[in-house]
Amino acid sequence: MTLRFNDETFRGDYTFRNSPQAVRRFPFPFDQDSYMYSVNLELHKGGRAGSVFENRFDVDEHYVAEMRDREITLAEDPLRCQSLPHMELAGWDFLELVMTTKAEDYPDLFTLHRDGDRWHWINRPLNIEQRFTFLDATTLPCGPMEYITRQTQGDHALLDQRDGNLWMDAGMITSQADWSLDFDIGMNFFEWHAPVPKAHEMGVFQRALKFLLNLQQGAPVRRLNWTMTVNPRLDTSPENYHKWGPEKRTITPGNVGEKQFLRVELQTLWRLPRSNAIAFPIRCYLCSLEDIVTVPKWGRRLHRVLRDLPEELATYKGFAVNRPMIVDYLAQFDDGAETSPGIFPD
Amino acid sequence: MITQMLRVAAITPLSSYVTRFRFEHPEGAALPVFSGGAHVVVEMPDGAVLRRNSYSLISDPVDSSGYEIAVRREDAGRGGSRYMHSRLRLGDLLRVTVPVNLFSLDLRAKRHLMIAGGIGITPFLAQLKQIARLHAPFELHYAVRSRDEAAALPLLPDLPQVHLHVSDEGNRMDLGAVLAGQPLGTHVYTCGPEGLIDAVAETAARLGWPKGALHSEAFLSPPPGAPFDVTLARSGRKITVGPHQSLLEALEAAGVQPDWSCRGGACGRCETAVIRCDGHIEHHDHWLNDAEKASQTRIMPCVSRFSGADLALDL
Repeated sequence: MTLRFNDETFRGDYTFRNSPQAVRRFPFPFDQDSYMYSVNLELHKGGRAGSVFENRFDVDEHYVAEMRDREITLAEDPLRCQSLPHMELAGWDFLELVMTTKAEDYPDLFTLHRDGDRWHWINRPLNIEQRFTFLDATTLPCGPMEYITRQTQGDHALLDQRDGNLWMDAGMITSQADWSLDFDIGMNFFEWHAPVPKAHEMGVFQRALKFLLNLQQGAPVRRLNWTMTVNPRLDTSPENYHKWGPEKRTITPGNVGEKQFLRVELQTLWRLPRSNAIAFPIRCYLCSLEDIVTVPKWGRRLHRVLRDLPEELATYKGFAVNRPMIVDYLAQFDDGAETSPGIFPD
Repeated sequence: MITQMLRVAAITPLSSYVTRFRFEHPEGAALPVFSGGAHVVVEMPDGAVLRRNSYSLISDPVDSSGYEIAVRREDAGRGGSRYMHSRLRLGDLLRVTVPVNLFSLDLRAKRHLMIAGGIGITPFLAQLKQIARLHAPFELHYAVRSRDEAAALPLLPDLPQVHLHVSDEGNRMDLGAVLAGQPLGTHVYTCGPEGLIDAVAETAARLGWPKGALHSEAFLSPPPGAPFDVTLARSGRKITVGPHQSLLEALEAAGVQPDWSCRGGACGRCETAVIRCDGHIEHHDHWLNDAEKASQTRIMPCVSRFSGADLALDL
């Protein structure tokens, strides 16, 4: 596979674009014509060739640009990356996981040589070559989690497991759907999920936590989550709400197809061996409505899902204000035909 | 559970009752590393019965060349430890699960205080190696009745932080003294008989320790009991659980495969819904809370039993 990396921006002039291939492999999150929360976890053991599920850490045409955008966000606000002191071992676990899997899955892009604890890492797309001593943080330019997550698409939280709960004790969070690591750091699973409507009463978090506490080494799981974002912006953080919040009001019937994006998170969960912590990468994919509707099945289904979504979910996901315009736009692509099961294009 | 077939690479008696077993990959492949306190489940094909027992890993967590466990022979037990001691030979292949840790170190601790009763020393052997690498302060107390019971003594580092208490020699562990002298930020880990775990919890509470600083692991063997019948509601089948069999084992013998992990009432993985219960569920697990146990709507088939007229499960 040869990948060509886009030269594009996720702020200011917003030059982000999906190639036709990127649209076809977009992880459309709805497997039926309606949506409600569920513990929709499945094993993360590969998937359809070419899909975002195929490799353990998906690398796509946006890789280089996303890492550049992360650099800008971190320069403006270093607290987007934090690791409590007891999480350094988990950081090394995660660095090892990413380096070994990327080198196996993308040998043309990444190489890892290991001679005992002396490691040599080559990241060709980002032009990085680093020799360091595994488990010796003084041999890296920054902590192990920060080092590897500056080179890995998606946000990444490291969850400590103790007292029958999971604790958000480290993370690199620069492309989030309106939540703050600086606010959530040190919280447990129920605390950081407290703002989510409905799911608590459904017992979703109790069941999900029980499942995750038993997550096994070598058996990572995944789920898709989604929201809506105006403009292809990765950094939709509470810290910068004053920058992106007002953009919600720039949607018109004439530009909704181009400016309104379906934002999908491919969330994976991995048991880390040395620390017994859980790594929680949250990979963000953006696709404009006008690109979504190039897949007729997706245009029909997205119309039905958003039309019928309970109001509190639209409010929580932050697009209630634009919902009528979005649904009107999508309606023209819904001829009422039946849709096939599953998320993939026909 | 993910399992791998491993070869018995060494069998070393540590005392009259305790033997160390080493497992390696048959082709010499690296095994997944783990964290101190992790256990594996070993599958033993004992004639018509497939036994599965959990054992703490005692080898260095970052040594991927092999896994080591120490097994105490329980002559009055259900047969797993007897199988390991009398039937297992060098070179035999056994199915072993990936490591799972329900008793990991709290890496926030300023100091780790470990209290082992008898064979409960096993998880600490791996934790000590992890702690040495973290350069964290620690203290270990190893309580045994007699010196012969202190099978792990040769495996412990010769350090002033390691204390042996032999009650036969008039050197009984004084929990009050051990727990009273600890600086703030210390976490205490207890592994051994339930009585020891309860005693540590009571003493710590009396001394004002925060609950979050107490950790313990009491792996249960499925207790024997009177045989009982269970109805599997989805198929209407009826199965009988024998006196020395667990409900989980009876289900497996009948071809039903519930999910499981620790098989000791601790992890929660085999939790099963009860459809009807005319009688009394003997809950032996550490997973369900008191209200859930009293409601008799859930059961942990790995360790819990039933007495009464009718028990139907959602299986």
